[in-house]
Amino acid sequence: MSTADQASAVSSQRWPRSGIRSKRVLPGFGLSLGISLLFISLILMLPLTGLVIEVSAMSFDQFWFVITDPRVVASYKVTALAALAASLFNGAFGLLLAWVLVRYEFPGKRLIDAVVDLPFALPTAVAGITLATLFAANGWYGQWLSKLGIEIAFTPVGIVVAMAFTSLPFVVRTVQPVLEELAPEDEEAAVSLGASDGHVFRRVIFPALWPALLTGVALSFTRSLGEFGAVIFIAGNMPYVSEVTSLMIFVRLQEYDYAAASAIASVILLVSLVMLFAITLWQARYLKRIEGR
Amino acid sequence: MHSSHSSRHRRVGDGPVIKWLLTGIALAVTVCLLIMPLLVIFVEALGAGWSTLADNLLDQYTLHAIGLTLFVAALTVPLNLIFGTALAWLVTRFRFPGRKLLITLIDIPFAVSPVVAGLLYLLLYGRNGWVGSWLADYDVQLMFSWPGIVMVTIFVTCPFVARELIPLMQQQGSEEEEAGVVLGASGWRIFRTITLPNIKWALIYGVVLTNARAVGEFGAVSVVSGNIRGQTNTLPLHVELLYQDYNIVGAFASASLLAGIAVFTLAAKGFVEWRQARILNRQQSEETI
Repeated sequence: MSTADQASAVSSQRWPRSGIRSKRVLPGFGLSLGISLLFISLILMLPLTGLVIEVSAMSFDQFWFVITDPRVVASYKVTALAALAASLFNGAFGLLLAWVLVRYEFPGKRLIDAVVDLPFALPTAVAGITLATLFAANGWYGQWLSKLGIEIAFTPVGIVVAMAFTSLPFVVRTVQPVLEELAPEDEEAAVSLGASDGHVFRRVIFPALWPALLTGVALSFTRSLGEFGAVIFIAGNMPYVSEVTSLMIFVRLQEYDYAAASAIASVILLVSLVMLFAITLWQARYLKRIEGR
Repeated sequence: MHSSHSSRHRRVGDGPVIKWLLTGIALAVTVCLLIMPLLVIFVEALGAGWSTLADNLLDQYTLHAIGLTLFVAALTVPLNLIFGTALAWLVTRFRFPGRKLLITLIDIPFAVSPVVAGLLYLLLYGRNGWVGSWLADYDVQLMFSWPGIVMVTIFVTCPFVARELIPLMQQQGSEEEEAGVVLGASGWRIFRTITLPNIKWALIYGVVLTNARAVGEFGAVSVVSGNIRGQTNTLPLHVELLYQDYNIVGAFASASLLAGIAVFTLAAKGFVEWRQARILNRQQSEETI
């Protein structure tokens, strides 16, 4: 920072009258701002106008009728519950995996660490047909599970499996760096004073960990709410039972009912934007607290 | 740094029983949930032998899907590379009002369902949209043809390069570039000779991620493509089509190509992290000298 101040002092000496520009030492502000704004307006913002126009052309009664249609409401419940179950599973398993990767040495550790990102690298449609094949009644997993009387493919549980798969890296990758940075002193002091592992974990480690854990779970939940490709192959897509909201939009589009598709889309778009801003604000707050800035 | 320290003191979870128990559970779940699915793709693709796999991949519709997918990625990646680099430069090298908002806005494609993304483009550029109806007067059709596929792919992949660059460029700071300014170097020269070598590997990984998502996007593309075999069918859509036709081996043959790209992406990530750590180590040791 001090070097930056010195450099800006140098530049304001050399160009005393250039006003605002003297604060900006590096070139390219105009160019990078221009490219960024052009791109964000054209790619991100302009397409939103289409949705706003389509939805505002509907009367409120029409809008309300479409978004509270019983089949659509059932899809909200299926989506929200499955996303919740998937993100809670990822919270528990992601924490365990992050812990094992940071604290222990074992053969194949590098491979496991690398393969954690597979769900982000693998196309969702490929994940979908793969999970459906594994969990189908004659699949590698399905044939054993069906002997136990457990059915996963083509049931709501299948949706949870697909969502858990596609959003698995979030918790691991948010918790891992925090665990790595954790200073060992408090923990070692507590252990050497004779506190049990469970007690030290709850009182010393978890308080430092939970903001990152919550961020990871929230990211996982948001991603799961919108998941489409992986889910539709394993869900069975039975109306009222195993249809997710993304699929409802798709169904309305295939019926050429653009207005209804837009109304439902505006609901999940709003929910995901609220989640995104909430996570961003939350992260900013807790980063401020732990870095003391 | 504190590794020698912690080897002398006992920490939570160091007991042999808990250690093996936790590692065992983590390994078992990882194998079931991540490694087996990857394996099953290749096993299914080869289920009817190598020659069937080759036949499936050389099928004319599959070849067309591969070509279209590569074409879409070839248009998407350079555009997002320019945008991502410009945005990262903007938000890490300058302070201005709205900077934080810009960083949040760029995450929208990650938060929005791909189906909603496709719908947004369909509403705007489709025959009934305000831009689409105007273009239709000039006989330009974007939706249900390849330009629409390219447009939604740019939308869903636009955060990747910037997301890779921003944390790194923030961490590295701008002292070196400012020194370049003081020494009188031009902006382009500063970027090429100072910034680029520092961010090279993160940039490459951003491109690899953009590419992986561009070839693999399904939800958004399936809304705007119209799924016409031999015309607007990308590889992921082709996988779906074959799977719905109960051509499971064929579906997994195409899927194995995409899985191969995914494995390459993971390998690239490992390599880039290794190189990046080396660059950071070198910079830190230079600073201490």
